[in-house]
Amino acid sequence: MMAALIFVFSVAALMQFFVSYCRSLIAASARRALSSDVQDVIGIRRSANGDDFARVMQYLYLCPDRREDRNGIKAIGAYFRLLGAIGTVIGKLIPSLRAWTESERSQCAYFAAVALDRRIAHNRDMFAEQMSA
Amino acid sequence: MVCSLFRGPLRRYFTLNLYMTMSVLVSVGRYVVFTRHGLTSSEYVFFYYYSDAILTICLYFALMGLYAIVFEELGVGMRLRVFMMLLLIGTTLFSYSVVHQSESRMLTHYIVEISQNLYFVGLILTYVLWAALLKLRESRVRVIQIVLSLGMYFSINAASYALRNAYPNLRFVWGYFPLAAGLFLPMAWIYAFMKFDDEARLAPARLAAVPR
Repeated sequence: MMAALIFVFSVAALMQFFVSYCRSLIAASARRALSSDVQDVIGIRRSANGDDFARVMQYLYLCPDRREDRNGIKAIGAYFRLLGAIGTVIGKLIPSLRAWTESERSQCAYFAAVALDRRIAHNRDMFAEQMSA
Repeated sequence: MVCSLFRGPLRRYFTLNLYMTMSVLVSVGRYVVFTRHGLTSSEYVFFYYYSDAILTICLYFALMGLYAIVFEELGVGMRLRVFMMLLLIGTTLFSYSVVHQSESRMLTHYIVEISQNLYFVGLILTYVLWAALLKLRESRVRVIQIVLSLGMYFSINAASYALRNAYPNLRFVWGYFPLAAGLFLPMAWIYAFMKFDDEARLAPARLAAVPR
């Protein structure tokens, strides 16, 4: 009985910590504006749409990896899938939850766009360093 | 620890560094016992679970350090430390009393029971700290991310030990979660130290799962 209670409470707390952790990752990049090059390539200006996420992730995979971004992108990818599942399953019953998941998914897409922007800028810097060496 | 040395004040996050140092020492110790006695030996099993309990106690100290950072302006650090030490002793005694009343009275049962309870109390304390962060409108990204990752670590371990206590035969389910959590925690802390400086801030209202 005690173990079951601990299990249920721990899983509920884990979900809450995970959501807040992902929101802290997203919030840290939300204020950053996208460069005009990335805006042109992915078609996102100031706000993104949840449906853009998969497309932006494909661009991200095409770009050479940055080690420091890797874990954050994985966490946000998992968060995006979790939001999709919640929106599909529970969103039918609670419309306000569906709207919230949509808003979160769009912020995930913007996070991915900022990560792409950083990767492109990093690779440009690396290329410039190699050319000057 | 290296990240903390180069990217932030070492003394400020001393307890986190203490935990990381202990974690490395315990890993070396486990490797030595593993190579000498083997994976299935009772020596390795005892060393693994006792060192896990010691690491959890070190995590309590890390949590105390985080409480001290969050509440430093209120000047209640000493009271919090005394309260947490009493809670730690209480948890140990409670776990012992639960096992003492059971029929098996096996040492491994005691270790699983104490680990489950220590992780759960750690989870409660982290949850309280998280609520305090939101209430006090703490905005330092580094502190927020360290606390949240610690909360996830405690949650995963408390859940897996509870599952283990209830279903000892489901090893393929609960066996891998502590390993994943053990990898996640240092990576999340490294990310927090490398990515953000001590004064990087964000709006706390953005973090609550329910928008404020």
